[in-house]
Amino acid sequence: MSKDWPLWEVFIRSKNGLSHKHAGSLHAADAEMAIENARDVYTRRNEGVSIWVVESSHITASNPEEAESLFDPAKDKVYRHPTFYDLPDEVTHI
Amino acid sequence: MNLEQQFQAKIDQEIKIEPRDWMPEEYRQMNIRQIAQHAHSEIVGMLPEGNWITRAPSLRRKVALLAKVQDEGGHGLYLYSAAETLGISREELIDQLHEGKAKYSSIFNYPALTWADMGAIGWLVDGAAIMNQVSLTRTSYGPYARAMVRICKEESFHQRQGYEILLTLCRGSEAQKAMAQESLNRWWWPALMMFGPNDTESTHTEKSMNWKLKRKKNDDLRQQFVDATVPQAEFLGITIPDPDLKWNAERGHYDFGPINWDEFWQVVKGNGPCNKKRMNDRIKAHEEGAWVREAAMAYAEKRRMRKEAQATEKVA
Repeated sequence: MSKDWPLWEVFIRSKNGLSHKHAGSLHAADAEMAIENARDVYTRRNEGVSIWVVESSHITASNPEEAESLFDPAKDKVYRHPTFYDLPDEVTHI
Repeated sequence: MNLEQQFQAKIDQEIKIEPRDWMPEEYRQMNIRQIAQHAHSEIVGMLPEGNWITRAPSLRRKVALLAKVQDEGGHGLYLYSAAETLGISREELIDQLHEGKAKYSSIFNYPALTWADMGAIGWLVDGAAIMNQVSLTRTSYGPYARAMVRICKEESFHQRQGYEILLTLCRGSEAQKAMAQESLNRWWWPALMMFGPNDTESTHTEKSMNWKLKRKKNDDLRQQFVDATVPQAEFLGITIPDPDLKWNAERGHYDFGPINWDEFWQVVKGNGPCNKKRMNDRIKAHEEGAWVREAAMAYAEKRRMRKEAQATEKVA
């Protein structure tokens, strides 16, 4: 058993109606302690109404070196944007 | 363009570097060094003030000081986490500090002798730190810049509470005002040294500026600090201990006297008034806290096994 506490990523919902957003990371022995530590370091000034924690090793991230090819398919699809379509000025509310 | 040129191009375009992006090894090492030094300063910086929490003159002062020291612990954490994204472990970082391989800000090797020092530290030490940190919110490494934004938001109360302490003393009895003056006399020059050596002497400046690890030069930040602080001292009615300090209308800045760099280097090399005490206190806290860290892991393991056992029972 490793003596080091594992690393956790902390996500905070600042108020209802908004999504959880990455706030930072911390070390904790388990999930419960991670929540308590996150409360103490990331919400000392009422920054949150809800906290998610996830062990950092459980996150799979895309590889930045492959970002070019990964995101390339979206680049030439201008027809996915509303401005691609020409409508006369007389047509309103659309 | 080779990798290093692409990297520089990103930095020139103000595109932040993120943890998994390619970066020159030297950039990684310089960042680890700078962020770790910054983190250690937050943690060691808790010591001179922690000493005064139980001696605060009122409950109002006590809760403020307690909250400030707690913030510093949190700031250390944000910064250690940022350093960890570069592939160094928390344990290695702490070991480097305790073995004397990593530095922390020299200012914390001076003693906090009087209550007025709580005021002077907040006003001058945090004031100088904020000046540096505001410029670092634009540093090129993403996690470091984000930590800085959070820290700057939290830190402005630190400086204000310090100034309020001194303002109260300066409006009090003669003895209280004298205590404020005596404290300013001791902290002024070490605070100016916090910005580091003159740029002509600083070995890392050019590379740091090109890679945008640093956004402003030591001497520019120091000047900015002096310009902001002199009117605040005048308002308090206490005198900055520098006979050469005067407004230079031509430059639009205050001129100030020479800094005693021999003293600075002596303190950096470990010969300041409190270097040994600070390190001993840090190591003692770390060693005496070891059983807590181990017990927490053992407890987490026990809880995990109990949960698993319950799950198996349910299935059976």
